[in-house]
Amino acid sequence: MSGHHKEVDAVTGVETTGHVWDGDLKELNKPLPRWWLWTFYACIVWAIGYWVVYPAWPTMNGYTEGMWNWSARAAAMDEVKAGHDAQAQFRDELAKATLGDVKTKPELLRFATAYGQSVFGTNCSPCHGRGAQGSPGYPNLNDDDWLWGGKPEDIVQTIAFGIRSDHKDTRISAMPRFGMDSVLKPEQISDAAEYVLSLSSKSTDKAAAERGAAVFAENCAACHGEKGTGTQEMGAPNLTDAIWLYGGDKAMVVESIQTGRGGIMPAWKGRLDDTAIKAVATYVQSLGGSK
Amino acid sequence: MNHGTIERNSILLLVLCLVVVSIGGLVQIAPLYWIDSTIEKVQGMRPYTPLEQAGRDVYIREGCYLCHSQMVRTLRDEVERYGHYSLAAESMYDHPFQWGSKRTGPDLARVGGKYSDKWHVEHLNNPRAVVPESIMPSYSWLGQTPLDLSMMEPRMKTLATVGVPYTDDMIANAAADMKAQVSPDSKEAKALLARYPKAKVANFDGSDEVTELDAVVAYLQMLGTLVDFAKFDASGPNLR
Repeated sequence: MSGHHKEVDAVTGVETTGHVWDGDLKELNKPLPRWWLWTFYACIVWAIGYWVVYPAWPTMNGYTEGMWNWSARAAAMDEVKAGHDAQAQFRDELAKATLGDVKTKPELLRFATAYGQSVFGTNCSPCHGRGAQGSPGYPNLNDDDWLWGGKPEDIVQTIAFGIRSDHKDTRISAMPRFGMDSVLKPEQISDAAEYVLSLSSKSTDKAAAERGAAVFAENCAACHGEKGTGTQEMGAPNLTDAIWLYGGDKAMVVESIQTGRGGIMPAWKGRLDDTAIKAVATYVQSLGGSK
Repeated sequence: MNHGTIERNSILLLVLCLVVVSIGGLVQIAPLYWIDSTIEKVQGMRPYTPLEQAGRDVYIREGCYLCHSQMVRTLRDEVERYGHYSLAAESMYDHPFQWGSKRTGPDLARVGGKYSDKWHVEHLNNPRAVVPESIMPSYSWLGQTPLDLSMMEPRMKTLATVGVPYTDDMIANAAADMKAQVSPDSKEAKALLARYPKAKVANFDGSDEVTELDAVVAYLQMLGTLVDFAKFDASGPNLR
């Protein structure tokens, strides 16, 4: 394994490295291809250039920041800004417009609806469904039945501050627990449920429904209205239609009276900016049910 | 000393190999322990409450990380979708951290407060009850499994030895704090909030018992909520 004496292998005609093992075992000197070697050197040079322009080496109390002052964080935020700037025309217009204005401007409406749909997809669809069809406890947004009002400003208010959320401006009223808090006796609850079902012609027990009318007038009418048509200021649903948030069979109505209801929608102000909230409201309106 | 000498002396070869590898390690790893920019100083970070930490342990036990990451990367689409990119400081009390890019499900770094407690309960019990197209498995046993309240005291002591700043007071109150976090408006809850600001107190799963479901929902509901990004200055000192 030593010596600088070179010899040529008789069979291949290639020089050996001069290393010898086990007395006669030698290896041919076949260096790396030149192109490979030069690529390797070029990579080293490239790396040095990289160190100079990009953040690279840790130091005693920081790191080398590089000539270009690049950072992944700033780069991402620049991209976000560039994206927003590219839409500035629409974003600025949407920020200033009222939802009524948006409807009258086809291009802006198209932008706001598409923007709102993408915001809806990641933020709202887990509860309200991909098609805003809702599920038990989470309202369908396609129909024209609105718990808290379907006017554009009502929708914006609901999205921004939520329902029974942590926000101080949230909508708060909730259905009391008439059974659990012993306000009503079980038979009164059953009668009231029967009366509620009779409002949409689903009652099967006329006598019970008649008894329930008195219970309803005393306990429920304050929020749901004398005729059970609901009060949007209190989020009290209309009980005379065929749309039920928690189910419209007797067992579910009894459960609603027994345990109360108070679904929570988070406040989106803060997580979404005002323009995004407007866009979602525009999208929700576009679903068809908005007043 | 030519290479022939080194190659013929295995001990010398070993020692020199160690020297070379150590230089690489020292240059790359060691500075992370002292340079300030490794973990920015941000306001609002606190150790997990015992219930949140218990939920985190269940989260890891059930392998949630196999589908969900907890890191909003510095990419436009992620920032637009999930919110402000994650800061290293936001995982400073994580052992182990839940970073990653494997996302069969969405990133959860900022899921706290995004949905209601009830949604989380329904979703963990049966994801398809609320998201029909979901492929997430159901975790229906969490709500039926009471939490062992005595386990968090030793757990917190262990975490304290690896640098989580749990005080003696916090450790002594571990079991009480777990109950307090599911007892809204109680005196104990107030004490909990004094120890752990911004903790969410609620009867998460609606049952009287403290269950694993309570713990997981408490944990999910605080993710990404501690740092107030309205006050965060990305160009401040020590920030990259």
